[in-house]
Amino acid sequence: MKILYFAWLRERLDRAEEEIELPPGVTTVGELIAHLRTRDEVTDAAFERPHLIRAALDTELVEHDAPLGSARTLALFPPMTGG
Amino acid sequence: MTVRLLVSPFDPGAETNRFLAASEGAGAAVTFTGLVRRTSDDPVTALTLECYEALAQAQLERLRDAAIARFSLIAAEILHRHGRMLPGEPIVQVMTLAPHRGDAFAGAEFIMDTLKTDAPFWKKEETGDGARWVEAKGEDDARRARWD
Repeated sequence: MKILYFAWLRERLDRAEEEIELPPGVTTVGELIAHLRTRDEVTDAAFERPHLIRAALDTELVEHDAPLGSARTLALFPPMTGG
Repeated sequence: MTVRLLVSPFDPGAETNRFLAASEGAGAAVTFTGLVRRTSDDPVTALTLECYEALAQAQLERLRDAAIARFSLIAAEILHRHGRMLPGEPIVQVMTLAPHRGDAFAGAEFIMDTLKTDAPFWKKEETGDGARWVEAKGEDDARRARWD
């Protein structure tokens, strides 16, 4: 699955996107965030306030309990500040 | 295209006139233009908006359609820039057309209040002290919630 990062989350992770192989047992957005946090300290710190992180599967905004299903792209980002 | 993501500056007056030229006898048109703010308390020298374009286009089209359905609008358009812009330049413009002013005003306000929290743009301000990400305001969530 492709993961996109935006704004300060992108800066803190020092990457705009990556491809990952979903490990067994990871079926929701929240579980994937928890999995990413186990990788290294930088990633863990970037997600230290997971409730702030918003998610979109393909082009739909979703909550953390949303199943990843067959989506091709997950985007993770801070609260939006447009307009 | 009634939802447009733009990088270059746009001419708010020209956009308004084009929208009005197609009004076909409707009684009320509202235009809202959001500009890059600079005050003495908040001396912003430039503003950069990051954007997730695929999601922004989808979200703004949904929002436009929702406003048309909810307020019985005859037409609605949304323009939103991303990239780097300077104080005084337009960031966003929302235009609504309705038989009467109440729906035209409400439709434009609904679009702006919802867009602030639900469209994937992120503002980074440059000042003399460096650059910083703008934090989401609780006030914006409250304004959004009024429409639930």
